[in-house]
Amino acid sequence: MSIKSGIRKVRSAMVALTTSALIALPALAGTAMAGELVINTDSSFPAVKKAFQSAVTGFEQENPDIKVTWNVFDNEAYKSAIRNFLSAESPDLATWFAGNRMLPYVNAGLFAPIDDVWAENGLDKTLKAAESAVTFNGTKWAVPYTYYQWGVYYRKDLFAKFGIDVPTTWEEFKAAGAKLQENGVTPVAIGTKFPWTAAGWFDYLNLRTNGYDFHMAVTRGEIPWTDERIRKTMGHWEELLKAGFFLENHAAYSWQEALPALVNGDAGMYLMGNFIVAPLQEAGLTEDQLGFFQFPAIDPAIAMAEDAPANTLHLAAGARNVAEAKKFLAYIARADVQTRMNEIMGQLPVNAKSSVSDDPYLQAGFKMLSNVDGGLAQFFDRDASAAMAKAGMEGFQEFMVKPERLDKVLARLETVRQRQTQ
Amino acid sequence: MSYVTRVWQDHKTTITPWLFLLPGILMFAIYIVIPIFQSIAISFYRWDGLGEKTFIGLENYRELMRDDIFFTALQNNVIWLVLYLLALPAGLFLALFLNQTTRGIRIYKSLFFFPFVISQVVVGLVFSWFYDPSFGLFNTGLMKIGLSPIPVLADERFVTYGVIIAGLWPQIAYCMILYLTGLNAVDGEQIEAARLDNVRGWRMLWYVILPQLRPATFIALVVTVIGALRSFDLISIMTGGGPWGSSQVLAYYMYEQAFSEYGFRMGYGAAIAVVLFAIMLIYIGFFLAKMYRDEKGR
Repeated sequence: MSIKSGIRKVRSAMVALTTSALIALPALAGTAMAGELVINTDSSFPAVKKAFQSAVTGFEQENPDIKVTWNVFDNEAYKSAIRNFLSAESPDLATWFAGNRMLPYVNAGLFAPIDDVWAENGLDKTLKAAESAVTFNGTKWAVPYTYYQWGVYYRKDLFAKFGIDVPTTWEEFKAAGAKLQENGVTPVAIGTKFPWTAAGWFDYLNLRTNGYDFHMAVTRGEIPWTDERIRKTMGHWEELLKAGFFLENHAAYSWQEALPALVNGDAGMYLMGNFIVAPLQEAGLTEDQLGFFQFPAIDPAIAMAEDAPANTLHLAAGARNVAEAKKFLAYIARADVQTRMNEIMGQLPVNAKSSVSDDPYLQAGFKMLSNVDGGLAQFFDRDASAAMAKAGMEGFQEFMVKPERLDKVLARLETVRQRQTQ
Repeated sequence: MSYVTRVWQDHKTTITPWLFLLPGILMFAIYIVIPIFQSIAISFYRWDGLGEKTFIGLENYRELMRDDIFFTALQNNVIWLVLYLLALPAGLFLALFLNQTTRGIRIYKSLFFFPFVISQVVVGLVFSWFYDPSFGLFNTGLMKIGLSPIPVLADERFVTYGVIIAGLWPQIAYCMILYLTGLNAVDGEQIEAARLDNVRGWRMLWYVILPQLRPATFIALVVTVIGALRSFDLISIMTGGGPWGSSQVLAYYMYEQAFSEYGFRMGYGAAIAVVLFAIMLIYIGFFLAKMYRDEKGR
């Protein structure tokens, strides 16, 4: 059996129009094919691409009678391409995101339910961590294959130098920031030019102030933005803003452009997903310098909940090779497959029976997420609807620069929420 | 003689022009006229681009009236339009300056034309770095003279002007090249004659040169106004409409509402496009009226 790599002709003009960034489509050449399978993925990042490569190769070895066509899209282009290819010339499987992000496709009947895959393979036990995020109206719509933790990445060496302990409470956190400031270090680095980073702070402050259930109700649009409990969350945020916790001129930087502050030791902490580790290590931070801790508790009575966005694989409603596709879904849900893929990607496997690579940050994240009793959120822009997410993120950005506009910002978010629930 | 041939024989001169126009008319209808009416139609619906369309009448327009960001975008479009017109006198000045015969003048001309040749995306990136609050040339300069740095692209007061300046850089070069070609066509004998009458300086420019540059001015005005109204790439690269929508313009807001990651409100996007179209229509009307007058006067 030989694997032929190369650029294959794009089969649909529709897809070709919208996805100039189609990269490479390795295809299996062979004889006597019983079945075919077409998978579209947004895995243009090298590590993610390699992980999918290994999954596809492994699947082909186990199922030599199935010919897999695997289309890799550029990450950003995929977000608009998926709308076209799902309704024009549908693949059998497509990657996407869990949470509210998948609802437009579920509602438009472009994703197919896969309750049988979950039931036959006992996935409700092995993939429990992300089960609620792929369930809608009691039906399962995806198989999650990877996720990663959010938390505070900090300069271990600076904390040690100034005699700061890892904060576990709100008071300790503020004290740690004050201590950093005394030594001329900005407590928190952030870049809000693309304002989703500000939503990370809202997620954590709200999860810690009001708990998981309330937070999810907010993102579902069930709570008015002018609610006292949201004001309480924003009040905690305001404390940090008033104290000058955040990097100056953060609205001028993307999250990557704010990294040098942490690398140079001008800032001490950074609230981010685990994908921050790779660029920081490339910039020269060692394991002795870069540490990770769970976002501290604010209200001790509230169970700790975390942001842990999962990436998912969906069965397209227009799939022509449903049996083969379900076989692949069962395959990618397996513990050994997820172990291997996530080892390559540097992320966490969703399958509880998978093992986690010995990377210290992943180990720390895995330990944290295994002990979460509050619940796992998918991140603001995946939990909230698209329009709410956009208005929210811009509002948080404005609030971070102009805290005095809180009332105006909340009123605007409330208008958007009311329009949604109409 | 068959009926068809007879009709052809009788009306040859009326039918032929239409036959020649047909490919153009078809293309224009398919790619421009029909989409315009489709956009207007979509603006009366709520539609995410995937599911069913729901007819909501004028609701999208009513929402526009309550939308702060829409008015910010509208206002910014006006600022763009006004400031972009500076490209005309600036381009004219550069053209007059470069319209001389010195050694290597071609190299200088090409260098001045350079900003127009490079992609708007590159212009946007270059100016983003220029304005960067920690290492950008602009703020380094400010600090040298003892001022504190201004994060131009993150400050709602300056951001639109910052982007417009970036846009003017290539636009001035474009106007300059238009005027340079125009200056080539200026009649030397008229200048000679004016000189004999002791005309020089501003009066020469205003009464002798500029009237002869009218075609160049007209084209420069057209491309500048259109450039200002469809400003998109620089916004997309430099600010994404931010901070919090304060550098938004109609073209980008339409894209964001209809096609961006958090958009897919096709109806609302279409409503914004209709407003932008209406604004352009005023200008297009003026343009057509002038064309018509010129044709008639000939």
